[in-house]
Amino acid sequence: MGKNTFGACDTSYSISIGPVHPALKEPVKLNMSIEGEKVTGVDFELSQVHRGIEWIGTRRNPIQILFLAERICGICNICHSLAFSKAVESIAQIEVPERAGYIRTIMAELERIHSHVLWAGVAAHELGFDSVLHYTWKLRENVLDTIEYLTGNRITKAIITIGGVRRDITKKQFPAVKKTVDYYVKSFDKLGKIFLKDPVIKSRTRDVGILTKKEALATCAVGPTARASGVKKDVRIDESYAAYPDLDIEIMTPDIITGEIRGDVYDRVIARLLEVKQSAEIIDKCLKQMPEGKITYEEKIPKVLAGLRDVKGEGIGRLEAPRGEVFHYVKMVDEDSPYSWKVRAPTYNNIMAWIPMLMGEQIADIPIIAASIDPCMSCTNRAVVSGKSNSILTQDMLHRLSVEKTKEIRRLLKND
Amino acid sequence: MTPESVLKSFKNKFGTKVRKGMVEKIPHKMKHTNHLKRVWFEVDRTALKKAVRHLCKQYPDPHFSVCSGYDAGKNIVINYHFTVNYAHRTGEIVLTMKVNLPKKDPVVDTITGIIPGALITEREMQEMLGVKIKGIPDSRRLFLDETFPKGVFPWRNDEKGPEKLVRRTN
Repeated sequence: MGKNTFGACDTSYSISIGPVHPALKEPVKLNMSIEGEKVTGVDFELSQVHRGIEWIGTRRNPIQILFLAERICGICNICHSLAFSKAVESIAQIEVPERAGYIRTIMAELERIHSHVLWAGVAAHELGFDSVLHYTWKLRENVLDTIEYLTGNRITKAIITIGGVRRDITKKQFPAVKKTVDYYVKSFDKLGKIFLKDPVIKSRTRDVGILTKKEALATCAVGPTARASGVKKDVRIDESYAAYPDLDIEIMTPDIITGEIRGDVYDRVIARLLEVKQSAEIIDKCLKQMPEGKITYEEKIPKVLAGLRDVKGEGIGRLEAPRGEVFHYVKMVDEDSPYSWKVRAPTYNNIMAWIPMLMGEQIADIPIIAASIDPCMSCTNRAVVSGKSNSILTQDMLHRLSVEKTKEIRRLLKND
Repeated sequence: MTPESVLKSFKNKFGTKVRKGMVEKIPHKMKHTNHLKRVWFEVDRTALKKAVRHLCKQYPDPHFSVCSGYDAGKNIVINYHFTVNYAHRTGEIVLTMKVNLPKKDPVVDTITGIIPGALITEREMQEMLGVKIKGIPDSRRLFLDETFPKGVFPWRNDEKGPEKLVRRTN
């Protein structure tokens, strides 16, 4: 495709990015109107691969659903099984043992580290810093190894059960977890230097894809996306589940480092990096404070299921996943399976925030802005330009545009 | 702000249009015990929009989480889940407004005029439960593909449900 396709200002083009498969249940296709280089309209389609997981769930028993729920998302899978358990526990009035609360917290925070570090690599790749991509993903291996050491699996952990957890973390395993904690506290400085001090990354992300506080509230944004715009909202603190009431943590907003909140991509990077460090500190605290005791209220699964068979009522399970608030609604009516189950993943809410972020931005900035809310990035796998030109803009092409912009900025900065 | 005061404020304002109010405090025992706070009530569908407006006025910037819904035989129930009082340590209250819609005339007003972020979930309710959201700015399908048959609604349990489309694999 010739360069002049983008230079033409007298006409507006429509450009579609996606779909393929983001790891959430909603794959995303973005349709954008482009005037010259500027985005003038944003629309999205989520209808590509709806798997009907909630429908399947209403034909399974609660224990089976835990494992189904883990498969909603490949990255933040623990949050779905945990949110579902929380909803069921609130209906059946099950008390989770304290030790299980701590183990749930440790697992959720390990997952947050892994998700945020993975995201940092993807963001670097979108900007054309592939060495940083490899560096951050190397960092991520450590936490995946720890998760495997503790649960037996790298990704789907299968550790949550109704009323507790399935595996204990023994004293013998503590040193390995502690080592991981120290590793991430140490690498925070280096990650901070790479992402926050580098002049090229800064100029690619500063004042790009701005989401104001007002817009974040209007679009119901959640998680780091909302916090980077100054909305103080974090379910870990606001509702305090698992072991969080004992941990006394703070809400991470970008003004902690820069003293101001602009709500741009740079701020979203800061919010996530701060959370990586915070997660490591939380795990450290958990290891120190974890009490002895049972890890589940009832070990025998048939007994758990028999107990759940005659409960009736509605429950809500909420928690803070790496990307924001996860919300599960469950209705049970004296049967083996729940009568109704509604899952709401964070991207569901954050997607509306794309519209104010992308409006008026350049085509080359679309990848990093779309990535900045941390959807699963496979949705930017390919792009098609339709309309008068009827030509195809591949993912490589879009990526190259982004890389070229970075190079250009680097050249300009050198000449200064 | 307590869950009781939230429920009371709605009862006072809307009288008989707010029914079956319930406050739930789920104990969460750690060293520091806190309670997960839930407020549930049913609101008449004609008063939904006013109730949401009242919520925004009483408790500025409520967070709208999502709608959930199910087929309840003769009716379709939609739950509007909000949270208020966030950013206060363990102070968040989850407030659920239930709306009962008769299957013969499942129409309810849109709340996107008050909370623009509700658009996604309202579109989902339309295609999944076959309800009609009056005044919705964009009524296209969202999660269902265009090729999915018209008049079939995946979350319904009656003759409009998806049962006949399901291929049994076991």
